[in-house]
Amino acid sequence: MLKTLKRVFSYAAPYMRYFVMTLAFAALGVSLSLAVPVFIGEAVDCCIGKGNVDFHKLGIIIVLLASMVIASTLFQWLMILCTNKLSFLTIRDLRSDIFCKLERVPLRYIDGHTKGELTSRVINDIEIISDGLLQGFTQFFSGIITIIGTLIFMMVINFRIAIVVVILTPLSFIAASKITKASHDSYMKQSRLRGEMVGLAEEMAGNQKIVKAFVYDKRAEARFDEINAAYGKIGAKATFFSSMTNPTTRFVNGLIYAAVGLLGALGVVGKFPIIGAMTVGKLSSFLAYSNQYTKPFNEISGVFAELQNAVASAERVFAVLDENEVPDDSDKDVLESCDGTLSFSDVFFSYSPDTKLIENFSLDVKSGQRVAIVGPTGCGKSTIINLLLRFYDIDSGKIELSGKDINRITRDSLRSCFGMVLQETWVFTGTVAENIAYGAPDATREQIIEAAKSVYAHGFIKRLPNGYDTVISEDCGLSQGQKQLICIARIMLMDPPMLILDEATSSIDLRTELRIQRAFAKLMEGRTSFVIAHRLSTIKNSDIILVMKHGNIIEQGDHEQLLAKGGFYAELYNSQFAS
Amino acid sequence: MYKKTQQCLDRASLLTSESLEGARVIRAFSRQNEEIDEFKEAVDDISENSIAVGKISAILNPVAFMVMNLGIVAVIWFGGKRVDVGRLTQGELTAFTNYMTQILLALVVLANLIVIFTKAFASANRISEVFSLLPEENGTVCEIKDEKKAIIEFSSVSFAYAGAGDYSLRNISFSVMGGQMLGIIGGTGCGKSTLANLIPCFYRATEGAVNVFGVNVNDIDNEQLRRRIGIVPQKATLFTGTIRENMRWRKSDATDDEIISALKTAQAWDFVSNSPDGLDTVISQGGKNLSGGQKQRISIARALVGSPDIVILDDSTSALDYKTDLAFRRALSEDLPDTTVVMISQRTTSLKNADKIIVMDEGEAVGIGTHEELVRNCDVYNEIYRSQMNEKGGSTDA
Repeated sequence: MLKTLKRVFSYAAPYMRYFVMTLAFAALGVSLSLAVPVFIGEAVDCCIGKGNVDFHKLGIIIVLLASMVIASTLFQWLMILCTNKLSFLTIRDLRSDIFCKLERVPLRYIDGHTKGELTSRVINDIEIISDGLLQGFTQFFSGIITIIGTLIFMMVINFRIAIVVVILTPLSFIAASKITKASHDSYMKQSRLRGEMVGLAEEMAGNQKIVKAFVYDKRAEARFDEINAAYGKIGAKATFFSSMTNPTTRFVNGLIYAAVGLLGALGVVGKFPIIGAMTVGKLSSFLAYSNQYTKPFNEISGVFAELQNAVASAERVFAVLDENEVPDDSDKDVLESCDGTLSFSDVFFSYSPDTKLIENFSLDVKSGQRVAIVGPTGCGKSTIINLLLRFYDIDSGKIELSGKDINRITRDSLRSCFGMVLQETWVFTGTVAENIAYGAPDATREQIIEAAKSVYAHGFIKRLPNGYDTVISEDCGLSQGQKQLICIARIMLMDPPMLILDEATSSIDLRTELRIQRAFAKLMEGRTSFVIAHRLSTIKNSDIILVMKHGNIIEQGDHEQLLAKGGFYAELYNSQFAS
Repeated sequence: MYKKTQQCLDRASLLTSESLEGARVIRAFSRQNEEIDEFKEAVDDISENSIAVGKISAILNPVAFMVMNLGIVAVIWFGGKRVDVGRLTQGELTAFTNYMTQILLALVVLANLIVIFTKAFASANRISEVFSLLPEENGTVCEIKDEKKAIIEFSSVSFAYAGAGDYSLRNISFSVMGGQMLGIIGGTGCGKSTLANLIPCFYRATEGAVNVFGVNVNDIDNEQLRRRIGIVPQKATLFTGTIRENMRWRKSDATDDEIISALKTAQAWDFVSNSPDGLDTVISQGGKNLSGGQKQRISIARALVGSPDIVILDDSTSALDYKTDLAFRRALSEDLPDTTVVMISQRTTSLKNADKIIVMDEGEAVGIGTHEELVRNCDVYNEIYRSQMNEKGGSTDA
């Protein structure tokens, strides 16, 4: 925990000046505000009785008091401003760092985590760190100053009564912690039930249609009622315990207050020299201090709960930051030009050591050839892409592009040789033109339109409300096929020597599909291409067909060769005519 | 102001999830640095805005403190005057300052309460919006006679979504007999799913009448109607729980035999029985531990438990490879011969054996008939069929 805290504060290091200023303003503001009761006491002592009011002194004190109050307010405000600067600038840096990290970790890491979970680390966890750690810290610090300050003031006014207060304080702590323990268990149960409830509600409300179609509504209601009833019960219990905390500590504080009042009064009367001398004014400021003295204790215990939360979040954030990055390869060769040839020799690869995937795979692709990758759904066709673009590295063997080992050239220059259109299209929030120019940011509007025209995307783009300037996003109402056409135009504009294409399976209407077919054909002209193929015409016209099953490449050859072989491909092919 | 900060935060969140979603593409285009720059800009906005907002909200507490203490100062000054003329004692003055502290502390609490109340009011309004929604319209006919004649009958049905200017379906008429198979084909957005949604009365026809089991669906009790229909949605959604629990959705007291027979028809029994826990295999949220094809087969089986009178398959075999799809269609007609099947598809091959096919185009039925009739008479169907036959029967795994 300490290590995590240290690390969070190392992020705050560049903003040390705000940190120091925060502490200074806190010390100034708090001690000024603490001095106020002393002067109130003095002022009260000026008003002893009828005709016995020292207006001259009172006037001075009042002016002094007012200016102290105003100054203290100003300092407190400045303190909060500095804390804000400190915390918001720190988390800005932290956020940038974690985002940079996510752009640099191997894909293996991103594939292994859900996107929502990682996003939540970048957004929510860091927000919690800001609230809990940084804001909490100033609260903590001003709390400590308040406690120490009040203690000193109390000691100065009357040492003996101050000692009584110090001795009695742990009482309120013990009472509070006993109750907190009891309520903590109920709270844990409550939050678990809340999770269950939200989960059920989400599932049922999110799939309303299925719920209705299967007449499941009454059963869903019954399940919800059951959880809800338990939630209500445990909630009442938790609230009962937690609402005991405040009255109990107040009761104890009240006892302390009464004790101070009693002892102080005895002191004022002056018959008990052991207590020491007191005036009414001093007593009233002492009472004010004993009141202020206990308040920060409650606040600090609240800060600790948040702190634990924040440390847990910080650990999640640092877990990402500690991931290994893809090693820097800027010292490697840059592939200047690519002739479109590619070869695999004796390649072995698997995602995890205990399940073997690709073994001893060799393949020679000549410039301009078309390689079709075929196989049932989920057979691991994307593995080939992962290897070609070095999203994952092969375990042994060699892949050569244009005669160069792809491990010997920079990833950037390797990837810039490939254009890729996947079935899970990716458009980002931005205009159509920006999306198309993603791979070539300097392209002119004419070039963008030219690219869109050549892949038959111009027609539908023109009909969008703002044409090429229409802002689109993942869920903007464009059909899957239209998004794919935009992705194809993106590649067309980039004009790479090698292609990786993923044909659509279904859910695309026929006209768009035909358009995509033609666009693909246009794109493949004169380029070496790898196609994850579903359509027979594509497969039959390929120079090499790779047949995959369970992640493995089980057959390889052209259409005729594979049919003659009578293996898995032949079976797959023949099943097409079985109806 | 707060809203703007929230918007900035939303933007950063969007950028993060987009860049994770598109990690492959971003890397393929070597655009990591541009993404980072854009994100940095977004977080700069956040911090700038938050600091600006902080300046204002930071005033609240110190000012409350100031008002409180200046109040006390005033009390002492005026109190002092009263003490001087003997209307107040020193003790009373002390009590006064203490009361003042209490009152002003309470005022601060009250001010915070106002903030809490406004938030609570906004929440309460949102909840009451939900409560004020009208429940689904329901019919009253509960007795449905088993009629072998026209099980589904549309007469001049048109439909427009509430608030939509244009009709989604226009003047559609057809009928299907018990035990027959109806195919619906057409491009995306042509109204196929809308048409199917009218059968279990998810929506009511705007014009014309939809009769199911010889009764207008608007008059049938929704529960009675839907108990007789098995629906397989386009997206295979499974629920948290075991496979057995999922399979009992249509019929809460289904026996294992009924469940297994449905799984067999849907070509799912093989992999279910091969998994170590069989029917007790736990499906985690949304079925992440199953492949797309497996999910789809379980989703199909779920609709078949207890042999419904009508099964509606909304393009729900897309993740099955060709062989499995074929085996399923055969098993469906053999195992459930009395069940009327409504099958929506993009592929002519899937519908070849249908007793009747409706060809949809922009909300209209441009052709109704058997495969052979449509190949001869319907241009749209012919176009689809030709383009797919050129590919020699579709694709390897659609």
